[in-house]
Amino acid sequence: MSVQPETLKSLVKAAAEQVIASAPELTALDQAIGDGDHGANMKRGFEAVLGKLDSIGAQPLDEALKTIGKTLVMTVGGASGPLYGTFFMAAGDALSQKRGLPEDMAEVFACAVGAVSARGRSQPGEKTMLDVLFPVLETLKAEAGSPDLLDRVRVSASAAVERTAPMQATKGRAAFLGARSVGHVDPGARSSCVLLHAVCDTLEAQQ
Amino acid sequence: MNDTVGIVIVSHSQDIAKGTADMVRQMVGSEVKVAFCGGNPDGGLGTSVSLIMDAINNAWSPKGVAILVDLGGAETNSEMAVEMLQPDRRNLVVVCNAPIVEGAVMAATEAAGGSSLDEVRAVAEELSAS
Repeated sequence: MSVQPETLKSLVKAAAEQVIASAPELTALDQAIGDGDHGANMKRGFEAVLGKLDSIGAQPLDEALKTIGKTLVMTVGGASGPLYGTFFMAAGDALSQKRGLPEDMAEVFACAVGAVSARGRSQPGEKTMLDVLFPVLETLKAEAGSPDLLDRVRVSASAAVERTAPMQATKGRAAFLGARSVGHVDPGARSSCVLLHAVCDTLEAQQ
Repeated sequence: MNDTVGIVIVSHSQDIAKGTADMVRQMVGSEVKVAFCGGNPDGGLGTSVSLIMDAINNAWSPKGVAILVDLGGAETNSEMAVEMLQPDRRNLVVVCNAPIVEGAVMAATEAAGGSSLDEVRAVAEELSAS
């Protein structure tokens, strides 16, 4: 697997900048059904990732993903740190053992999503980031090789975020609210969507 | 002195973590190693994996370490910290499913008597059973 260092850097930069730019929105969503720190936590984590951009860009993709994951784990400071950290570290581990992108993209993504599910002891339908990650995994499997793959992923992620609104949270801080969590989209689902859009937009611009 | 299980207290608030540790020391004495941490990497409310790893290593005992946590992120970050320890220590640390203040006092009391890690955890987790 090889990704040009400049491509890798532009992907990481776009993803981090989009998360940082969406921090106020993530905070507002989290104030509605959580403890209001998701935006600030994600911003802190991805600012730390941006600070390592040059060294991350110089690494092979699998090592770069592991570095991003460890950086998020050590700097985010909320439950999203281990969850997003696990996603990137597991993706890096899976990539180390596979032939590489793009043939195995769905397989690598599946490993990462499975690891997040195990870390959070959570399943889809519980109003979490998994409610975006699992539908996107299905899209990656179904649309593998499609010329419209990037667009299908974006549509899938955006639609999945909206579907978290009527869900009742049973995991995380929002679970304390019970039925009162209904009607708000999940902040973790939203931040996952922001990341996925940033990656798709950047890849599309480079095609 | 015989080794006793170490106790780590992880709260979103450093004040709560410190206050809980103060209560444990006053009620159980200094024979059990107690470490605490609270706050995110910027010092605001939250938890930090690196601070939790430091606390585990500060409370380290060959008999293991029991961690008491307050809310969700403290538990997830504590589990992550355990996995990032050196390999020979990972299996000797448990995150207890127990209320933080009562659990820390009960766990430390049990540890002071020389109990095993499993026994310390079981006593703390009895508080959540009823």
